[in-house]
Amino acid sequence: MTNHDTHAQPHIVSAQVYFMIFGALMLCTALTVWISFIDLGFLNTIIAITIAVFKATLVILYFMHVRYGSRLIWLIAAAGFFWLILLLALGMSDYMTRQPITFPSG
Amino acid sequence: MSTASEVHAHSVVAHQFDDLEQQQEATRLGVWTFLVTEIMFFGGLFMAYTVYRTYYPAAFAGASHTLDVKLGAFNTAVLICSSLTMALAVQAAQLGKRRQIIVFLLLTMLLGSIFLGVKGVEYAAKFHEHHVPGATFAYEGRDALHAQLFFSLYFAMTGMHALHMVIGLGIMTVLVLLAAKGRFTSETYMPVEVTGLYWHFVDIVWIFLFPLLYLIGRHQG
Repeated sequence: MTNHDTHAQPHIVSAQVYFMIFGALMLCTALTVWISFIDLGFLNTIIAITIAVFKATLVILYFMHVRYGSRLIWLIAAAGFFWLILLLALGMSDYMTRQPITFPSG
Repeated sequence: MSTASEVHAHSVVAHQFDDLEQQQEATRLGVWTFLVTEIMFFGGLFMAYTVYRTYYPAAFAGASHTLDVKLGAFNTAVLICSSLTMALAVQAAQLGKRRQIIVFLLLTMLLGSIFLGVKGVEYAAKFHEHHVPGATFAYEGRDALHAQLFFSLYFAMTGMHALHMVIGLGIMTVLVLLAAKGRFTSETYMPVEVTGLYWHFVDIVWIFLFPLLYLIGRHQG
């Protein structure tokens, strides 16, 4: 590996960065709770999921050090979420285009 | 093999690795691969949730209203705090500060336990209200049949999430004992880092569970 970004010493993220990310996560949590009580129609769901994705991205990039990680770690992390999107998008495109459908009642 | 390990007897680098950096990267990569399987595992539950929520939005919104938003939001905050203390524990481990590792791990465990305690209170309320799917299920809202689907998914998703947290607490207990013995230095801190990865992943799962189970449809009164 001839990656000039790699050092023998680990990348140590400063506590200041961790506290800033923590603050952002707490603000986003308060924001998503507050917005959920306002009637915005179908936008409520989209906003709730967008905020969750944003929070998850902060955790992955900073708390899980992916921002400072090697390209291989980037690839593995991205692949995981890409397959999740495939599962949801292709799965739902199937369920949404089949009419009529009855689920076994519990 | 024995001769090779004797050569490296005093080295923190196992003989199959060129250097410490490569060894650490291999550990990281292995844990990330495990986390990808975890994404797939929870992905199935999220997929089931998405399908049923799309088909029965009214029943799901009604059932979601029976959950306590205040407790859910409180637990979200508790878990974010525990991610912060976990990140600080990893930082302490990278710097080889033994006492700080132990303090931050214990704080993380305390916050994790608070989360599970609150979850227990919420579960107890659900049992009390007969909202647990099964023979004793009773539901006063509309479309009880499909509301039961929501509660099934609620218990499956939060239950699997809680199980992951219990496992995390177990791993951290071992880490605290090892840290007390001085096992973690700036060269041998990887067990703390990868436990951190696992713990943050569990936090991410909750970051999605909270809006999906507690918040969506809340505005419909």
